[in-house]
Amino acid sequence: MVKFEIHDLNIWFASTQALKQVNLEIQANEILSVIGPSNSGKTTFLRTLNRLNDLNARFRMTGAVELERQDIRGINIEDLRRRIGMVFALPLPLPLSIFENVAYGIRVYGEKRKKVLGHKVEEALQQAYLWEEVKDRLDESAFKLSGGQQQRLCIARTLAVGPEVILFDEPCSGLDPISTAKVEDAMIKLKEKYTIVLVTNNVKQAARVGDRTAFFLSGELIELDKTEKIFTAPCDKRTDGYVRGEFG
Amino acid sequence: MRKLKEFIIEKLILICGLASIFFVVLIFLFLLKEGLAVFKTVGPFKFLFGKSWYPISEPAQLGILPLIFGSLLVTLGAAIISIPVGVGCAVYIAEIAPAKIKEILKAGIELLAAIPSVVLGFVGMITLVPLVKSVFHLPTGLTALSGSIMLAFMAMPTIVSVAEDALYSVPKTYKEGALALGATHWQTIWRVMLPASSSGILAAVMLGIGRVIGETMAVMMITGNAAVMPNSILVPVRTLTATIAAEMGEAVVGSEHYFALFAIGIVLFIISFAINVTADLFLHKRQ
Repeated sequence: MVKFEIHDLNIWFASTQALKQVNLEIQANEILSVIGPSNSGKTTFLRTLNRLNDLNARFRMTGAVELERQDIRGINIEDLRRRIGMVFALPLPLPLSIFENVAYGIRVYGEKRKKVLGHKVEEALQQAYLWEEVKDRLDESAFKLSGGQQQRLCIARTLAVGPEVILFDEPCSGLDPISTAKVEDAMIKLKEKYTIVLVTNNVKQAARVGDRTAFFLSGELIELDKTEKIFTAPCDKRTDGYVRGEFG
Repeated sequence: MRKLKEFIIEKLILICGLASIFFVVLIFLFLLKEGLAVFKTVGPFKFLFGKSWYPISEPAQLGILPLIFGSLLVTLGAAIISIPVGVGCAVYIAEIAPAKIKEILKAGIELLAAIPSVVLGFVGMITLVPLVKSVFHLPTGLTALSGSIMLAFMAMPTIVSVAEDALYSVPKTYKEGALALGATHWQTIWRVMLPASSSGILAAVMLGIGRVIGETMAVMMITGNAAVMPNSILVPVRTLTATIAAEMGEAVVGSEHYFALFAIGIVLFIISFAINVTADLFLHKRQ
């Protein structure tokens, strides 16, 4: 099933064009990795999907982004963002307990019943592979967790509100290799239930977890194909150069 | 040669830096020297908690409790009005207003800060005072309430600009994180932006209150200047500041009355020092 369809997407910030004529589809329950050097437009692309770019007053777009055949500009923006969760580069726990961090999003939607909250928090922490590590200290401050645990806590917080799609914006850029591996494991298991778009500066990470990989350069989508193909026999010379580390 | 030049410049800058502290200490010492003399004739307890202020009767009664209450009442009223309006205004400017309206509002608030307090007092006297009188059916509109409303205008610019800075200093990622979870703009402001900037906003409030408690001219013109214990916000009161300003001219130099006015200065100094230190603590907590 096709989750996202993107047609002729052009994006400008003031007079600078950030994305040029991007066309692509994102399948349900796949991990789509988005790679490219900095300023290639990959984060802009990601933030278009949940309309986070709209916060920037100089943002302008043409073309269409459709979520399950419905233009995202026609969906209530809070509903859209609830359906499309996002995990940021820096883990950003709130100054609350572990439990409250995960419960936060659910509370925002007005859920007050303690039983439901407890159940949903446990479920989300389990899906983010954090439950076993924190189940005995849910009332401790989230800041006491390690960087990798904090990032999985943020994943749990995103999962708790029940999204369909999860956007990862360089989720492991500040993490050590072991924590990175845990976050990647979580991502691979999550794709059974969710559609995942992963923006990463780590080409190897894209090779490890992506079903398909998209290569962006200077705002253009150069190539999109099965991950093995991108990394072994890409069609475009520039893709080949980037994945082999010749520039970027 | 270059080393000598460096040395001289460094020391000059050091002197400039120390000057402000030096002046504060000098002022405080001077206040102490002039003010403490009053305690030769009145005990400190009687001075602070005495309920009647009749400095020129014989013997003089120098209890400043009505003045302290007058100041606190006017300040409290001003705080109740200016805090919600000021913080609301800061939230609107920092978070909601479109760029153009933001510029207009900021210019307006700067202008409000630039109005001399005597002009505000003047405007209050001819507009607010008759209004308060007729709305509450009072014998006079020169009341603590009028003073509070007028002073709220004076505290607003400080509260708005400091609170606005505090809101701007909240990391952008906090806001994006909340919005990305599907929170509405208002939920983001209420549950993330305001808690994250709370120490800065508290500092803004303290600085605003500090400004109010030290204000003299406007309150002198519109609070009625009756040095009696206030029993409601709708009666004339007299503040610490207004007492000094009104009576210093007629007090005989070296008299008990004269020393008592300086002692009031000490009390004021301590109050505003305490408020500023509190505001500073909040600001540092933020950083």
